[in-house]
This record gives sequence, structure tokens and C-alpha cells, in this order.
Amino acid sequence: MTISIDSKDSNNSLQPKGWLRYFSFSLDHKVIGIQYLVCGFLFYLIGGTLASAIRIELASPMSDFMQRDVYNQVLTLHGTIMIFLWIVPVVNGAFGNYLIPFYVGARDMAFPRLNAVAFWLIPPSGLMLVASYFVEGAAQAGWTAYPPLSITTPQSGQLIWIMSVLLLGGSSIFGGINFIATIIKLRRPGLKLMQLPMYCWAMLGTSLLVVLSTPVLAGTLILLSFDIVAHTGFFNPVLGGNVVVYQHLFWFYSHPAVYIMVLPAFGLVSEILPVHSRKPLFGYTTMVFSIMGIVVLGLVVWAHHMFTSGTPPWMRLFFTIATAFIAVPTGIKFFNWVATLWGGKISINSAMLFSCGFIINFVFGGITGVALAQVPFDIHVHDTYFVVAHFHYIVYGGTVFIIFSSIYHWFPKVTGKLMSEKLGILHFAITFIGFNLCFAPQHWLGLNGMPRRVAEYDPQFQFVNQISSVGALLMAISTIPFLINIFLSIRNGKDSGDNPWNALTPEWLTSSPPPVENWIGEAPLVEEPYGYGKPISQEN
Amino acid sequence: MLNKNFYLILIISAVFGISFWIGFNVNLLPVEASINAPIYDELFKILFIIGLIIFIGMTIAVIYSLFKFRKRKDQYGDGIALEGNLSLEIVWTIIPSIIVLIIGLYSYNIYDRMGGMKELNHSHEMMTSNTEKIWAGISQASNNEFASNNLSVEVSAMQFAFLFNYPKGEFISGELHVPVDHKVSMKMESKDVIHAFWVPEFRIKQDIIPGQPTILNFTPTKVGKYPIICAELCGPYHGGMRASIIVEEESDYKDWFNKNTKTEVSL
Repeated sequence: MTISIDSKDSNNSLQPKGWLRYFSFSLDHKVIGIQYLVCGFLFYLIGGTLASAIRIELASPMSDFMQRDVYNQVLTLHGTIMIFLWIVPVVNGAFGNYLIPFYVGARDMAFPRLNAVAFWLIPPSGLMLVASYFVEGAAQAGWTAYPPLSITTPQSGQLIWIMSVLLLGGSSIFGGINFIATIIKLRRPGLKLMQLPMYCWAMLGTSLLVVLSTPVLAGTLILLSFDIVAHTGFFNPVLGGNVVVYQHLFWFYSHPAVYIMVLPAFGLVSEILPVHSRKPLFGYTTMVFSIMGIVVLGLVVWAHHMFTSGTPPWMRLFFTIATAFIAVPTGIKFFNWVATLWGGKISINSAMLFSCGFIINFVFGGITGVALAQVPFDIHVHDTYFVVAHFHYIVYGGTVFIIFSSIYHWFPKVTGKLMSEKLGILHFAITFIGFNLCFAPQHWLGLNGMPRRVAEYDPQFQFVNQISSVGALLMAISTIPFLINIFLSIRNGKDSGDNPWNALTPEWLTSSPPPVENWIGEAPLVEEPYGYGKPISQEN
Repeated sequence: MLNKNFYLILIISAVFGISFWIGFNVNLLPVEASINAPIYDELFKILFIIGLIIFIGMTIAVIYSLFKFRKRKDQYGDGIALEGNLSLEIVWTIIPSIIVLIIGLYSYNIYDRMGGMKELNHSHEMMTSNTEKIWAGISQASNNEFASNNLSVEVSAMQFAFLFNYPKGEFISGELHVPVDHKVSMKMESKDVIHAFWVPEFRIKQDIIPGQPTILNFTPTKVGKYPIICAELCGPYHGGMRASIIVEEESDYKDWFNKNTKTEVSL
């Protein structure tokens, strides 16, 4: 711990002050957290623009809005940007960097320099990815980049895509190592593991997944790039390669990637719900075990993405049961969150509404997920809009709702200002309605015969697609009140005081915004981060 | 207290009632046109009802909490300091585990009835030396009745079309014609990238993989014309990669077959 303080002290004199520090190679975990968040949000706007382009194209059954190969580039970039440049960096990098050192009672992350490197890998690789469109066309094989399509489409775009994902994966691994080291080794003396706020456990589990599975993706993509550049035959059937092996390797990372996107959100919502419902988190111990259960199960279910490829029957049975069992630890968490609300004194504010929206959306996405785990069910709807609807319920209805919830919750911490609740509730209402209008009808489309990743479709599906496009339009509009809220609140927001929610987790026990060293003097020992309704809370 | 339990039971039965009603009365699926389809729809109905019960129940619980336990203007302080309830948590670990296990075993049974767990048995007359490795697919139980009548078709997929080779008639067609109520056995191979063969009305799908033949067997049960859709991103015209399967009476099928065989039309 002394090392991190020293390195920061020696660096501080060289660091720019004020807003300029957000453009510097800052070693302060709070600055890096905000860098992750703002950078991620800018890419979210790009990814959202691409999503709007997709929905405009799909408002009519013909391929008439953009060229067919451009459409495939758009859907590839949309997926890649939203996953690797928005959700993963924000739920892990942004909130993790900002909160974890507070939660463990440290003054910074374990490896501040590695932390800054991890962040600064993101903007160049993101820009490179977006710019690949102007070279020879971006990658157009989908974010899954299945060979042989990814080998036979224009090469420069695909190679830039591989390069970019490799760098982003590297950034993710650096972050993961840093979080594991910080949570295990940098805890304040006297703070036990089972006293940590739940987000620490979520980040510990997530980081284990990152460290265990991301290198597999990296290796796979390097082999794929060999196939493209050096004409090797790992995945090229013409040269005796095996395309299904690629799918196994790819999903060995990319299924855990789903938990890399949702487990941190599970952690964040576990911080937000107790504060705004003034009750302890229900079932702390079972929550911890269910996170670790999801981590273990999450590593052994990847082949459920390949039920229609070429997997032997016994393997299909194993992956069905294993996948469906993830519903058990996940279900425990949802029951516990509802039990946390039950009997509380709930403040209905933007953070709370987005969290409750998350519960409802995610339960829906989880139910379709259990259905999709069943081989016979999956065979009909695999690679259709049913799947598209399912995973948007998980990553948008789930994780992105929690990102917004967290922004409303921690904005006063970062800025010392309150956000407008009226605009926040408006933002929630438009997002919730738009989201469900956009994605709920897509389940029907998939069941009735509309495959995913198509620019044209059977005219009988036009009306339902148009409903979906209207929903997408609402989602795009919902960004406006949010952005207005952010800018107005930074400029003219009401002073929030240090702890506007009377929260008990450690990040609120210092000034808002916090000093560079996080605490003036010793970090407080928080043994009961969820002690609402107890004497510790009444003192507050 | 009795009153409270009464309302709880009332709400739970309402949730069950609504879910069952929707499950039995709302049809989200296309026409059933193969022997797989009714089996699939049975599984779908059960998953749909269980899903609705959980979703409606959870949604009611969340919305009710927001209303009932919202902080009133004159209220200060915290809720009750309830940190957990072991027996409750055991209940909502064990019950979902049982449900998930039952669903898993039941869907295994469904998959078995669809023929998914059977030995892959592509009965192809021309394949005398069966040395190539067939990868995967859905296969129906080998039924002696059908075995002699099996129709074998070789499917080749390419950017962006399906071609159907009828080895018995030595011709290739762009449309798949099959007689109703006969088992059809297909061996599929791709000439370039991965494609998929999907007929929504049959509830079957199988990827067509370059370098590894896959097989797909099905038995159509309803005369009509259905779309064959490519479901795996295969390039710019992926959305346009479609063909038709025409299920017809056996006599019509024979006419079509003979017409094509005689003239050796290749499309």
C-alpha cells in the first residue's frame, strides 16, 4: 500500500490539474474510472447510431437503406463496439476502478501504472476499429467472426478487427489482474473478505473469468489472423482446417464474456438497492456463493451456442443441463433483491427505478435463456431474432439499465452535485418503454421465421419490425434527457453534500468529490456496509 | 393474519390462472408441418407457462414493493434490519433446482422423441463406402416401415443458394419437392462458408458446414409450400438466401419426379 501512495505522490506534481487530468496518463484510480466511463459512453453513442441504422434498414422488408456489405459491417461494428468498448470497459473498468479501492480501504489500485496502460489501450483500438470502415470496409463477418466467412471477406477490415479485439482483450486482462490483486492484497487491516461490499465479490468473480478465458480468445484470434495472412489452415476447410473448432474456442471466451458483462451489474445493483430501500442486503452469504457458482458454471456451458453446428448428442445433453442450472444461482440473487426491497422504506428515484427495471427485464431475459438452453427448443430459434431479443434483454435491459442506475447513484459522489430527478425519471420512462417496444416483438419474429443478421426479410414481418424500429427510435430519444441532465447537473446542479443518500458503504464516508488520497487520514473500517436499520445507521 | 394469507393465495392462483390461460390460448408459433413440430410445440407450451408464472410473479412482487414500501413524506429512518432468512433461501434454491432439473430431463425426452439421441442413420443408397465422418444432425428413429420408402436428398449450399440433388433420379433441383408423410433423409454439405438449413414450420435447423457433411432427417405432415431459410450469416446476400420446400401428395410428387428424371432438367 505504501508503494501505491509513493508512486502517486511522486507523480502528482507532474499531473495536470482540473479537467485536463482526464486527458492525461493519470495514475489516480478515480480519474481512470471516469476516463473509462466517458470513453465508453462516447463509443455507446457510436454503437447506438449503428443500431439506429440497422433499425432504419429493417423498417422495410427490402434491402434499401444501405448496401448489403455495408449492412454487414454495421452489424459487426455494432456488436463489437457495444461489447468490447461500452459494456465490458464500463461495468468493469469504470465502476471497478472508481469503487474497488474505496471498498477495500486502499488509496489506489494495486498496480496504478498497469491500470493507466489498460485504459489507454482502449481509445486507440476503438478508433482503429471505427476507422477500418474507411480503409477497405470494416469487418463484415459478425462479432463472432466465424471462419470461413471471416477468412474470405475483405481482409484488411477483418485484420484490423482482430488487432483491435486483441488489444481490448489485453486491456481487459490487465484490469482483471489488477482487480484480483487489489481485492485480495490491498484490503485495509482488519477488513475481512466476508465484510466486503458485494460489488467486490462480483468483480473478483468477473476478474477470475477474464483472466481464465480472455487468453483463449486471444490465441484463437491469432490463429485466425494466421489463416488470413499466412494462409495457414487452422480453420480453413480448404486446407483441411476445422471450422467447428474455432466456434468451440471462440465461445469458451465469449460465453463467460456474458458473465463478464452481467456479474459486475449484479454487484452494482446489490450496492444500490439496500441504500435506496434502507434495508440490509438480503442473504449476503448466499449472494457470495451464487456469484462464485455462476463463475464456475459459466466456464462449462459454452457449447450451448453450437447446438446446430456439429456437436455430438451426449455433449448437447451435458451443456443443456449445465446451462439451465445457471438459473439457480442467478434466481437466488433475484429473489434476494426482491426480498431486499420487501419491507423497506423505498425512495422512488431514478437509480431505484432503473434498478427495478433491470430486475424485470433481466428476469424476462433469464427465462428465455433457460428455454434457449434446451436443445430441442434452441434448434428452432437458434440464429433468429428470438436470440437477438434474448441477449438484448440481458445486456441492455440488464447491464445497461444498471449502468444508468449507477450513474444516477454515484454522480453526487463524483461531482458533489445532485442530478435532476424529473429528467432522470423521464429518461427511465422513455428507455423502459422504448426498450420493451423494440425487443419484446422480436421474440415473435424469431419464432415465426426471421433469421438474424439479415438486411431483407419476408414482407409478412414488416409491421412487427416497424414496431421494433419505433421502440429503437424511443431508445435513441431517451439519450437526450440523460445528456441534458448530466450537463445541467454538472453546471448548475444542487450541492449534494458528502453523503446525500445516507449510505453506509465506505466510498460515502469521505468528502464528495473525494480527495486525491481518498481519505484525509486513515481509511475507516466498515464492518457492516449494509447495516441499515441498525444502530450504526441511526448514528448517521 | 388469515386475511393476509388469503390474499396471497388469491394472487398466486390468479398468476397461475393467467399464465395457463395465456399458455393455452396464445399461439406464437407458425403452422405445424412436420412430425417434429407438435413435439416442439408441447415443450414450448410448458416452458411458456412456467416462464409466465415466474415473470408475472416477479414483476408483481417488484411493483407491489415499490408501492407498498415506498417512503412516505413523513417517514424517516430505515426499514427493518433483516439480513436474510436461511429457510427461505433454502426454499428458493431447492425449488428452482428441481424445476430446472425436471425441465432438463423433459427436454431430453423431447429431443429423444425428435430422434436427436439416435444413432445417425443416413440411408443413402449411393454411399457404398461410408468412410467419411458424418458430424451431426437430427435423425429420426430408424423405422422399418419408412426405411424402404426413405427419400434421400443431397443438399449443397453455396453463396447464396441451395441445390437439391436427387440421386435416384440423377437430377438437381433448386426447389425441394417431398412427398407428404414420408421420411426425408438429407446429407448436407457446403461449398464455401457455413450456411444453415431452417424450415420454421418444421421446427428444424442444422448448420451446413464446409468440409464436414451434416445430416438432417424429417417427415413432413402437411401439404404446402414452406420457406427454406439460411440462418447463418454467409455474406452480403445472406438475407436473400432462401429456397422453397414443396410438400405434396405422393402422386403429385411422383409426377414431378418422373418429369425431371426423363428430361434430366438441371436447374
